Amino acid sequence: MGLLSKKDLKLITDPLADNNPITIQVLGICSALAITAELKASIVMSVAVLFVMGLGNLTISLMRNIIPPKIRIIAQLIVVATLVIIVDLVLKAYAYELSKTLSVFVGLIITNCIIMGRFEAFALANGPLRSFIDGIGNALGYALILIIVGFFRELLGSGSLLGFKVLGDSIEKTGVYAYGYENNGFMLLAPMALITVGIIIWIQRSRNEALIEDN
Amino acid sequence: MAKNIESNLYTMLFTTGMVVIVGALLAFLSSSLKDKITENKRIEKQQNILYAMGVNENDKNSVIFVSKDKVASEFSKYITKQLVITGTDVVEDDKAYLIDLKKETAAAKIEGYTRRLPLFMGMKDNIQYYIIPVRGKGLWDAIWGYVAVDNQLVVQGVYFDHAGETPGLGSNIKERFFMDDFKGEHFLDGDLFKGISVSKGNSDPKNLDKEDFEVDAIAGSTITGDGLAAMLKKDLKMYLPYLKTIKQ
Repeated sequence: MGLLSKKDLKLITDPLADNNPITIQVLGICSALAITAELKASIVMSVAVLFVMGLGNLTISLMRNIIPPKIRIIAQLIVVATLVIIVDLVLKAYAYELSKTLSVFVGLIITNCIIMGRFEAFALANGPLRSFIDGIGNALGYALILIIVGFFRELLGSGSLLGFKVLGDSIEKTGVYAYGYENNGFMLLAPMALITVGIIIWIQRSRNEALIEDN
Repeated sequence: MAKNIESNLYTMLFTTGMVVIVGALLAFLSSSLKDKITENKRIEKQQNILYAMGVNENDKNSVIFVSKDKVASEFSKYITKQLVITGTDVVEDDKAYLIDLKKETAAAKIEGYTRRLPLFMGMKDNIQYYIIPVRGKGLWDAIWGYVAVDNQLVVQGVYFDHAGETPGLGSNIKERFFMDDFKGEHFLDGDLFKGISVSKGNSDPKNLDKEDFEVDAIAGSTITGDGLAAMLKKDLKMYLPYLKTIKQ
């Protein structure tokens, strides 16, 4: 890779595994629990966050030397909110249907702590290009977990993936339902999302020595 | 000025500057896109009304409206009359679909104000449809929709939408598997108004019983479902005096 140095590349690969925003930094849990009942919602949210994180980190990084430290959180909040509202308005005017799909996510994006967390931890101290890459990397790490959780919750909770009934029809009793299989309605509720995230953290920690804490 | 970004003066200037810039940017953007957004919303309303009476391009599982460029002609073709009901007064008004239900609900709280109720009459394949707009509260935000009934006051189709119900749970009220269940449902028991409730465990998941005044709920969205049932009950009731005059 000519464009990205090894150090920059690490900014993308790290959040995917060893420094994942959800499982290691424990950021963005609220949205990971709220909207992962379906795979489609997970994907939409991931793409939206990818966009806002990349641009937001870039903007904050460009402004990092002029933001007064005392009010930096407020300044960050204004930047995210402005970005999200601009995107929302433009979509409403030029891609109305897409904006309908995204409308419920707007509030969730603004309050997503991954975004604020990365502004604080990275963009305020690093240059624009590296901040942009860091934003993309963390959004991808977030997306990865969201999609895994969404996949299992929709599969086990509704017996479908992206709306397609992959396990057969639960009412007509076809597919695996013919053998007495039942959907687990509990998977659709937020507590099971937390447990699913917990299982991912458990698997990740047990396989990676560096993450095991001494006690 | 050797930039002292810690100073109070700088902080105040920065805040003021940021507010002015962001405010101006958003105000400019919002006012320049306003016309386009209003137009999109108008088209969407027409699409929703047509959808409820069965004018759509649905495939097996998904909701597909008549396309944007066809909607104006389809709307004038299928929607034969638009009425505004004010108390006992019924007048025709081809802008009735633009009546803002939210504003009407708010205005209805003022003493002496009689609420305007828009109603759309549509004709498709020689069946007369009456399409009733409804609006209520879900779990997080507003929910609304359109209910199409025939002259027996049996539901022939619905369209529901929401401002911010939980994705994957409450947001499913606008999915086919939920909306299609309403087809054929009754909300009147003889002359008695019953409404349609969204109920769990009614041992009728296939929704074969159309006269039980119930449809099957969505798992994990109890409050959205209850809100939807309350919305139907409240708003259909307002139209009842008029609807009874059309029942044959």
